[in-house]
Amino acid sequence: MKFLTTNFVQCAVQSCARSSDAFPLKYSECQLVQKEIDFDPEFIAHMLQKLDWDALVEVAAELGNSSLPPQKPTIEDAQAAENEQLLRDLHSLLLETQIEQGVMTCKNCGHLYHIKNFIPNFLLPPHLA
Amino acid sequence: MSRPEYTAPPEIFYNDDESTKYTQNTRVQQIQAAMTLRALELLNIPQGQHILDIGCGSGLSGEILTEEGHYWVGMDISASMLGNALDREVEGDLFLADMGAGVPFRAGTFDAAISISAIQWLGNADSSHSNPRHRLQRFFQTLYASLKRGGKAVCQFYPTGQKQLDMILEAAKVTGFGGGVVIDNADSKKNKKYYLVLAAGEGEEGL
Ligand SMILES: [Zn+2]
Repeated sequence: MKFLTTNFVQCAVQSCARSSDAFPLKYSECQLVQKEIDFDPEFIAHMLQKLDWDALVEVAAELGNSSLPPQKPTIEDAQAAENEQLLRDLHSLLLETQIEQGVMTCKNCGHLYHIKNFIPNFLLPPHLA
Repeated sequence: MSRPEYTAPPEIFYNDDESTKYTQNTRVQQIQAAMTLRALELLNIPQGQHILDIGCGSGLSGEILTEEGHYWVGMDISASMLGNALDREVEGDLFLADMGAGVPFRAGTFDAAISISAIQWLGNADSSHSNPRHRLQRFFQTLYASLKRGGKAVCQFYPTGQKQLDMILEAAKVTGFGGGVVIDNADSKKNKKYYLVLAAGEGEEGL
């Protein structure tokens, strides 16, 4: 699972959907790998608008990266030379950093979601589905 | 021939043997590719979008999304199908998840969604504790929320009959989706294809 996806996935338990604690999930015991992906500045700039920056900073810190600025940067022109380094850094973090194994915990209900072989298991036991 | 969704739930029907057979079948690949391209045509979106693939299976549709310049997250209930996708090193993120239990992504995550030959499973030959109507509702509600305002979803599917078609359409509309069903090759019994084309709220362009 790409680091990007940690900024979007939330607890699947129905009663958690309305809780502000169901997102972001808490990450622990994670094994990260870097996978090379083609750099697409337009897509990174597009996703930057969607990002919940506070959640990004929080999850990055849980995974050992405390280098993100506290405020979301703004990018008007994805092709401008002065934005290239920032977009490349975000590309490397969001798309190339992937979680091979780990545990995601809902801070509202405590449900554990396991990631194995890059695939998070979101199948819920019948009483939670 | 009996339809697979009458014989067993998808996570049981698509065991390792069946998913490998399915994925390696050239005819299946060609049909899947054609339907994915048609779904993209109906979506009519710019390049480089963030897309959800519901029932992504082994990533046959996902590979086309990648070729067309999109980024995707796929969900599927069959671990062996996802294992196949992993072996083929697809670019998208893969989630082992049951669409009938909802789409587990926060509001506005996706620019669009596609689904190829999957949603007819919502409501047939499933385990005894599941209620098709409830599962459909949960699916469409959470799909709606996960799309940006104006975001579209195109679901190609094989309705088991008029009753199921009506039930699916109604569940989508109750949730707030606009849209309807597009039928390709309506006169051909063999090649008739159903596409549910939905829009989540007001977009810049109508359907
Ligand atoms: Zn929860």
